[in-house]
Amino acid sequence: MLIPSEIVETIKMIHEENFDIRTITVGISLRDCCDSNGKKSREKIYDKITKIAENLVRTGEDIEKEYGVPIINKRISVTPISMVAEASDDKNYTEYAVTLDKVADRCGVNFIGGFSALVHKGYTKGDKILIDSIPEALAATNKVCSSVNLATTRSGINMDAVRHMGMIIKQTAEKSADKNAIGCAKLVVFTNVPEDNPFMAGAFHGVGESESTINVGISGPGVVQNVIKRVGINADFGVVSEEIKRAAFKITRVGELVAREASRRLNIPFGIVDLSLAPTPARGDSVAHIIEEMGLEVCGTHGSTAALALLNDAVKKGGSMASSYVGGLSGSFIPVSEDVGMIDAVKSGHLTIEKLEALTCICSVGLDMIAIPGDTPYETISAIIADEAAIGVINNKTTAVRIIPVPGKKVGDIVEFGGLLGTAPIMRVNNASSAPFIHRGGRIPSPLNALKN
Amino acid sequence: MVKENTTNSKRAIITVLGADKVGIIAGVTTALAKLGINILDISQTTMQDILTMIMLVDLEKAAKPIREIIDELEAVGKQLNVEVRFQLEEIFKTMHRI
Repeated sequence: MLIPSEIVETIKMIHEENFDIRTITVGISLRDCCDSNGKKSREKIYDKITKIAENLVRTGEDIEKEYGVPIINKRISVTPISMVAEASDDKNYTEYAVTLDKVADRCGVNFIGGFSALVHKGYTKGDKILIDSIPEALAATNKVCSSVNLATTRSGINMDAVRHMGMIIKQTAEKSADKNAIGCAKLVVFTNVPEDNPFMAGAFHGVGESESTINVGISGPGVVQNVIKRVGINADFGVVSEEIKRAAFKITRVGELVAREASRRLNIPFGIVDLSLAPTPARGDSVAHIIEEMGLEVCGTHGSTAALALLNDAVKKGGSMASSYVGGLSGSFIPVSEDVGMIDAVKSGHLTIEKLEALTCICSVGLDMIAIPGDTPYETISAIIADEAAIGVINNKTTAVRIIPVPGKKVGDIVEFGGLLGTAPIMRVNNASSAPFIHRGGRIPSPLNALKN
Repeated sequence: MVKENTTNSKRAIITVLGADKVGIIAGVTTALAKLGINILDISQTTMQDILTMIMLVDLEKAAKPIREIIDELEAVGKQLNVEVRFQLEEIFKTMHRI
């Protein structure tokens, strides 16, 4: 029998500490939607996604209501479009993005991911066309998210793609200059990309996945912050870690329940639960505030990396016990614009891009939702990507860059993206040139630690 | 096709929270009786004039689908000026029991 204090604890987590299920994402294979005729291919895509996902939103809302736990987003991820579209003779894949946007509207989801290419070792014909289409595709659509994987531990870093993506990010920013370059918020470059990630902008349905699958992303920075607050500043790190593990376990169990229930009702196999702590711009839903709760004045000061390491590890330990299948990114997200504590830390000058880079060595993603001056040279953006890729490749982990060079904005300006994408102070980047380095091209070979067989 | 609410969980936790006054328990339990919902367990505390009531209920013989039950209970809560929350029991069991 449940005891009242347990019931009250759950209700408090949901209503006072912003605990929610961040996303139910349905992954759908589009490998059977190839056609030499692009128009036919897009019809197949529209029909297939609609058929599988048309009840996703309603089912998500039912589960939300019956269990009394908010499910913030319902989303769709698909096979990287470069693989589907390259069977056609099309020379530009923007129309594919427009089709995805229409399907997203039809199904009522708020994002659809998979306008993607995997080019960690090189480009196919379709990869090249897709990447060149990104700026136009993201300007022509609202709900489509794009990602490009350009490095893996096993293959090294495709520096041609690194240079190319620097240019593409700049062009994407210019195409959506009237909306503070919001196109770049829907574009992420990866190293060691997971194929079952439910979170945007990086979600796509990997080639090793089944026809369709349900992946769930949990959230709950507020819950974790409150358990640290409750144990007090005199508790040692063993106690802090233990309490975070307990909280992560409880949160993840609900994620598992929701994933299984959605899977059963939609008759789509359950894939994974992603253990990431995902912040939102709301007060009390901040990863930076967890770090500060541990005893640091402002996130970004010395000690922040250690605090994040403890947090990330404890969340994984607690969460992995609670779910039968863990996957995706599974760690802590540190997006700047989507986390009120991070925003404040940047504004006060305590959190810099260099410190964020250090934090990405141990968190789940990378330089995420960072706005920089619009006149930053593309080679500098490419060099930032190369640094993140190096961290991922050498440490056998996923890293990513979602960076927004906002046209016309300077260091210290503030840009509003609205909604979950939040508010971003423009951050300073190193102004010494990286251009000749980026212009070398070629591939940085895979490191010695890739040779494991 | 979406499967209807064939969830294994046929029990739910209903929590009522609000300023204590005459008739809250009567109002909520009358609504439950009308809906064919049996109360299995009930606990209640009043602290500083705030009433917290937790009920475990059985939905086996419920007269309506869960969605409609929730809407009706929320409407009753509004009339009584208290918060009435309905949640399938499974969420609590999942979180607190291994």
